[in-house]
Amino acid sequence: MDNMKLSCTAAAKIDEICEEHGNDAGELINILHETQKTFGYLPHEVQVLVAKKLGIPVNRVNGVVSFYTFFTEKPKGKHIVSVCLGTACYVRGAEKVLDEAKKVLGIEVGQTTPDGIFSLDSLRCVGACGLAPVVLVDGKVFGNVEPKNVSRILESIDPTA
Amino acid sequence: MKIASLQDLEKIRVEALSSLKLREESLRESGGETCGLAKGTEHIQILTCGGTGCKVSDSPKIAENLQKCLEEFGITDKVEVITTGCIGFCEKGPIVKIIPDNTFYTKVKPEDATEIVKEHILGGRRVERLLYVDPQTRETVSDSKNMNFYRKQVRIALRNCGLIDYESIREYIARDGYTALADCLLHKTPEEVIDIVKRSGLRGRGGAGFPTGNKWEFARKSQSDIKYVVCNADEGDPGAFMDCSLMEGDPNSIVEGMTICGYAIGAKHGLIYVRAEYPLAIHRLQIAIKQAHELGLLGKDILGTSFEFDITIRYGAGAFVCGEETALIQSMEGKRGEPTLKPPFPAVQGYKKYPTNVNNVETWANIPIIFQKGPEWFASFGTEKSKGTKVFTLAGKINNVGLIEVPMGTTLREVIYEIGGGIKGGKAFKAVQTGGPSGGCLTKKHLDIPVDYESLTAAGSMMGSGGMIVMDEDNCMVQVARFYLGYMVHESCGKCVPCRIGNKRMLEILDKIVDGKGTLEDLDQLENLATVIKDTALCGLGQTSPNPVLSTLANFRDEYIEHVVDKKCRAKQCMSMLSYTINPENCIGCHLCVKNCPVDAISGEVKKPHVIDQSKCIKCGICVSNCRLHAISLK
Repeated sequence: MDNMKLSCTAAAKIDEICEEHGNDAGELINILHETQKTFGYLPHEVQVLVAKKLGIPVNRVNGVVSFYTFFTEKPKGKHIVSVCLGTACYVRGAEKVLDEAKKVLGIEVGQTTPDGIFSLDSLRCVGACGLAPVVLVDGKVFGNVEPKNVSRILESIDPTA
Repeated sequence: MKIASLQDLEKIRVEALSSLKLREESLRESGGETCGLAKGTEHIQILTCGGTGCKVSDSPKIAENLQKCLEEFGITDKVEVITTGCIGFCEKGPIVKIIPDNTFYTKVKPEDATEIVKEHILGGRRVERLLYVDPQTRETVSDSKNMNFYRKQVRIALRNCGLIDYESIREYIARDGYTALADCLLHKTPEEVIDIVKRSGLRGRGGAGFPTGNKWEFARKSQSDIKYVVCNADEGDPGAFMDCSLMEGDPNSIVEGMTICGYAIGAKHGLIYVRAEYPLAIHRLQIAIKQAHELGLLGKDILGTSFEFDITIRYGAGAFVCGEETALIQSMEGKRGEPTLKPPFPAVQGYKKYPTNVNNVETWANIPIIFQKGPEWFASFGTEKSKGTKVFTLAGKINNVGLIEVPMGTTLREVIYEIGGGIKGGKAFKAVQTGGPSGGCLTKKHLDIPVDYESLTAAGSMMGSGGMIVMDEDNCMVQVARFYLGYMVHESCGKCVPCRIGNKRMLEILDKIVDGKGTLEDLDQLENLATVIKDTALCGLGQTSPNPVLSTLANFRDEYIEHVVDKKCRAKQCMSMLSYTINPENCIGCHLCVKNCPVDAISGEVKKPHVIDQSKCIKCGICVSNCRLHAISLK
């Protein structure tokens, strides 16, 4: 019953977002940005609702969702750990930092720990090249990271927060 | 208030100039004596850098503490704290500048605020420990104008970055902002405007270098009631933040540049396509657009004329290919960012099938000043074919990481050794990469080539949007090539076969080489594939994607050969070619490594030197991290 109720509100919210953009398929990317902001991710059901509302096939919506790295079809963990793989960070050893993060968290890039606490991502240049290599946890930047610092950084995050 | 005439604009300019005058003077004149209220200085401004690098290093907290401190001492009437865009010297950030004496404080921490206020602002004594020390002469340099990092720079596109409050259109106007637009609307025909841009010699700063004036002319000549002006702010080079800094530090110059183009080509609509990953840049652009509307510099009847223009922001969603203009247009239409065939060019058929002119952020930022100072002035910088300046993100294994702007024609050596201060940690220079994933790696023998479109292309790289990454002896060039290619494989839109499949095959070969299984034939195969992809891929992204491989093969072939023939990686990065060994002289046989080795590869009697069985070793490195005597090394 709860689920049913949730999906009703969800559907209403999606309708609202689409209407704000004039139900215009040309606004699809902006609509998806807002939808993802609301739900945290874009599961299949949400994509179906967006497609219906805009009067376009679901495959077009999914084509866009799967094309852009910013959109995700899977829920993310509570805390997002992102290792910058921009060139400046890469030449200063970011790949080894990423390997260490994978090892410590036991997941690959794009995955979430089974307890739903951490997601691991890689990203490209945050503009803090003076601090390379950098790791971001929930947007907070840690600079000059060496592989050996990774576990300390992760331990500093309160998993319940 | 709406600005309806030149007089109105001038009035705002004069009003706003009072606050900016102090900073403008400090730009021109040498700092001179230390300022301070005790010495009778009447007005002091403290600039804190709000660029990304400084911001993440707590610069907002520094500004907050400074403000608090000023309030405590009750001197806010004489001293103000202003947050500016990127000041440039990221390596030494967070930066705090004191105006009028132009003192440049480096690596400032929030807790330094009190000392700065007490000592410098009140007492008129510089805080020596926060001053920049020239690594060569060991002398402290307090005025940024005297630092090697700044001395060779000419800030044209970045003229307002790090100087004005990015959220104040009035400060922008005080720097002659919008006078160029007024001049165009009131005194020039669209054709004259285009002619001036052509005469300036400005070429696209996104990297391809197409003459901007010609591009505008094509769009002007296309017959249509509806046309679009687009700002390409989808900065995709994964090691660069020039456009980001420009949008964050001087968003108004982009708005003004686009509006001038709207008048020139006959467009009423402007669109900025910006990466969703740049929330701060988006926010500041929104403020600039809103303020321009309030002053009547956007919207209907701009500056009292019948010209109307508006700008809306479109968000990217993380796809490198969207920096290619036809893919960008597809993406703005809410589709997958797949490039389309040219012709038709966007100038004929672009966004929603209407004529569209797309230029990059840095190109836009250059437009207003070309009109303020004249095309001849702009063309006096640079080389015969590349006029003006170029902004670069200088990063990697270099002492002075930062955002720089140099006249075209400056040599790579000047950029790396004078502005950049040489290689970090006294290591040997190996390569410099320009042009991002579409560019190439240049080597020692290229250090004296001038930075301009033709020279970089002739050397096997390209100008690109402005990423400049320096590498040292510890970087393996095969892995660098693999890094870029991996990025391209990930970012390929998949529309055409050469890029989608060809790059993947190339990446597999590079993986094989890094794994120590490569052969000499693989190198030929790489070259062969690269050439085919270059010749047959659909768009600019695909055609340039083999560049990092081709340029490293050309310039660092011996390194590739070492990898495939000798199975040796001189940079000690390819693990397959390295092994852990125990130095018997240092090993005391404590057995710690034996206990921790997950695959039982280490053996030896207690108190006697141990050995590693290479056939069992998985090179996890646990033994090294456990050895207290540093007896284990990677060779």
